[in-house]
Amino acid sequence: MRRVSRLIASAAVSATLGIGATPVFAETPPDTLIQAWQLDDIISLDPAEVFEFTASELLGNSYQPLVGYNVEDVSDLFGVIAESWEVSEDGKTFSFVIRPDLKFASGNPITAADAVFSLHRAVKLDKSPAFILTQFGLSAGNVEEKIRQTGDMTFELEMDKAYAPTLLLYCLTATVGFIVDKELVMSNETGGDMGYEWLKTNYAGSGAFTIRDWRANEVVVLERNDGFSGDAPAMARAIYRHIPEGSTQRLLLEKGDIDIARNLGAEEMDALADNPDIKIESGIKGSIYYLGLNQKNENLSKPEVREAMKYLVDYQTIADTIMKGKVKVHQAFLPEGFLGALNENPYALNVEKAKELLAEAGLPDGFSVTMDTRNTPEITAIAEAIQQTMAEAGIQMELIPGDGQQTLTKYRARNHDIYIGRWGPDYQDPHTNADTFARNPDNSDDAESKPLAWRNAWDIPEMTAKADAAVLEKDADKRAEMYLELQKEHQQVSPFVIMFQEIEVLGIRDDVNGFIIGPSFNDNSFRKVTKD
Amino acid sequence: MAVTSPANTGGRWRALSFYGMKTGKLIATVAVTFLGLLVVTFLIGRVVPVDPVLAVVGDRASQSTYDAAYQALGLDKPLYHQFWIYLKDALSGDLGTSILTKKPITEDIARVFPATLELATAGIILGTIFGIPLGIWGAVRQGKLPDQIIRVVGLVGYSAPIFWLGLLGLLVFYAKLGWVAGPGRIDIAYEYSVTQITGLLLIDTAIQGQWDAFRNVLAHLALPAILLGYFSMAYISRMTRSFMLAELAQEYIIAARVKGVAEWRIIWVHALRNAAVPLVTVIALSYAGLLEGSVLTETVFAWPGLGQYLTNSLQNADMNAVLGGTLVIGIIFVGLNLLSDLLYTVLDPRVRRRG
Repeated sequence: MRRVSRLIASAAVSATLGIGATPVFAETPPDTLIQAWQLDDIISLDPAEVFEFTASELLGNSYQPLVGYNVEDVSDLFGVIAESWEVSEDGKTFSFVIRPDLKFASGNPITAADAVFSLHRAVKLDKSPAFILTQFGLSAGNVEEKIRQTGDMTFELEMDKAYAPTLLLYCLTATVGFIVDKELVMSNETGGDMGYEWLKTNYAGSGAFTIRDWRANEVVVLERNDGFSGDAPAMARAIYRHIPEGSTQRLLLEKGDIDIARNLGAEEMDALADNPDIKIESGIKGSIYYLGLNQKNENLSKPEVREAMKYLVDYQTIADTIMKGKVKVHQAFLPEGFLGALNENPYALNVEKAKELLAEAGLPDGFSVTMDTRNTPEITAIAEAIQQTMAEAGIQMELIPGDGQQTLTKYRARNHDIYIGRWGPDYQDPHTNADTFARNPDNSDDAESKPLAWRNAWDIPEMTAKADAAVLEKDADKRAEMYLELQKEHQQVSPFVIMFQEIEVLGIRDDVNGFIIGPSFNDNSFRKVTKD
Repeated sequence: MAVTSPANTGGRWRALSFYGMKTGKLIATVAVTFLGLLVVTFLIGRVVPVDPVLAVVGDRASQSTYDAAYQALGLDKPLYHQFWIYLKDALSGDLGTSILTKKPITEDIARVFPATLELATAGIILGTIFGIPLGIWGAVRQGKLPDQIIRVVGLVGYSAPIFWLGLLGLLVFYAKLGWVAGPGRIDIAYEYSVTQITGLLLIDTAIQGQWDAFRNVLAHLALPAILLGYFSMAYISRMTRSFMLAELAQEYIIAARVKGVAEWRIIWVHALRNAAVPLVTVIALSYAGLLEGSVLTETVFAWPGLGQYLTNSLQNADMNAVLGGTLVIGIIFVGLNLLSDLLYTVLDPRVRRRG
């Protein structure tokens, strides 16, 4: 039997030595920025189709819009590919002039034909983000007539109404308004698809970086665009690695195998706080965490119940513990930083007040209700905290866990009682959130548009009219005032318990500087990143 | 398969038709298995309360955009019609396109499967190399200290969550000791210098003579492979132990001992030879299990394999991808079953004779 023991022992020793003989030294190359991020939501690299956080950030660093804004102060709008623009007297038509001498990464010059083509294409392809453009009365049928080239470097865009002028400009800053290289895209057209099949996985832009490679759920590689019109980036390459797990990202970051970790949880942040090689940087994002109370549920449709629920969330404790550093308490539908954002937070946990309101509603002993909860650690933890405080007032809340798409499917079919959600604005104009939280033009089951107010079956013809009026107001101060009023009313009566605004937090190696965290993901920029 | 040749043509004819029937039966069984597999997966995919259109158009599309995608996916057709279309395409080798990656399923699977294959193969080799001797040792020393230790080690392998063990392994061997490389299959530095030929990076780097990259791939592979190896070792050693115990209690072992055959010969030649027959099935099934892709291991180690691909597809109701992945797993199971049947005939003369 000794032989057997010896055999096993020697096998074990040799295996250990075999591994030990390969010491691994981790260090990222000085001209390459390596980030770890959960990348499994990327479904396309085409500006006409991209609507996901990760892909938006990729496009923000590799394409250019007609118009941009200062990430420190979004009210400061400026031309990027557009040199200037004018609005017609009736307020319906914008005339743009393209900046001269700009080039795509392919070397092709940027002209008005490219801008017109990009916008036509996005409307005609009619993918997820197309509504950002079609809300101006554009459709596949009329877009050729409404967006027209008037010279080599000039074009006009005609809207159906005289909207607040900043609305269109902000919409053009979204990824769907990014300008693509017409010649390159059309040379890859198959079967009249305007290059759709090709651009899903390829690149045709003019930004600081070019997208060299995307392997789904693995890696995205960007390379410096040497023909870029602005200052050349210090990094020759920027690589995103798909690392789904936050704790794995933390290990890679500490070890120096990556420069930036993008999905760290509160726990990992705490653990990294004492590490002198790592710094934590954060920036406020536009996403809002909220509860949607379905008005098809008899109990939830009572105004007193809706108000009582707003007193049954321990906002500050959640923000200080479970979501530490990742959210701030915010209770109005416009995120801080938007025109007309309401930054008052009138609600705090108050069980007695909630009980009184429930008694007024004829439910002194509370009631039972379900909440569809996406099974991510953070959403689950928030939901459990809310479940506890609701129980203090007698509301028995059952949590129904589900995968993201599963809970969303139920929510969109209006089959939920309560849905705990996160909503990110589509562009920087206040209409983006007013349109979904405070507008519901048609509450019937087969409505054409299904905003959040519709999903919670909240029938609000009067508030819809107010939101419609606000989007046509040209005077910015007056418009801000209108949104403030709308939010105050909304805060009190709506079936939305708006709780938090998201803060994006990054773990960054100490030698990496200059990463900009903007209000939306396509504003996140590594163009100015350096390594010392 | 060796058969005594029949003496006349009639006998030869009978033997031929015997094999013909056997092959026919085999093909029919495989066909029915696959059809059943596809029907069940297809139905599960349609029962899952997830709307596949959401993955295509996103959360904010208008109803008309939604409807267009709904029709483009063929969801407006009756279920049996959808299945028929799928089946027809599948038979001609077209598994459809993934709604998530927008690429043909065959291309996707060709990309993710080698990662799983490499990891699973390394894992099963380690599991077998260590599992069998440990199982034998446990059986020979039944109830004594080595047996108890092996049982405890096996129990940990059975019951510890792989997710936790993986993170712990990374913390100790990657972050603290630096013996192995971190998550992922290869360092970024080598990523673009290696041309993927087979998709199995160890083989690809070896073929191209890139030995630095080869060592790097090995350093990345070591920890997840050891972990998976440990899990299959726990199972294999446990089964080896019980098969060996059964064999060691047989009369032919007693007879051999009485005849004075050396103990090592009794264990390694007589008993193991007989225990090997059912063991082949155990190893084949463990291997098939690893080839399905261990989604937790793949997540912790950021390993872009079949497990992650399938889970992600299922969560988004990307049914073409799920069906394609299921087919691959079905082929693996059927293939490994056939292989273990073949090995039976090699290892067990009785099967050979019956054949």
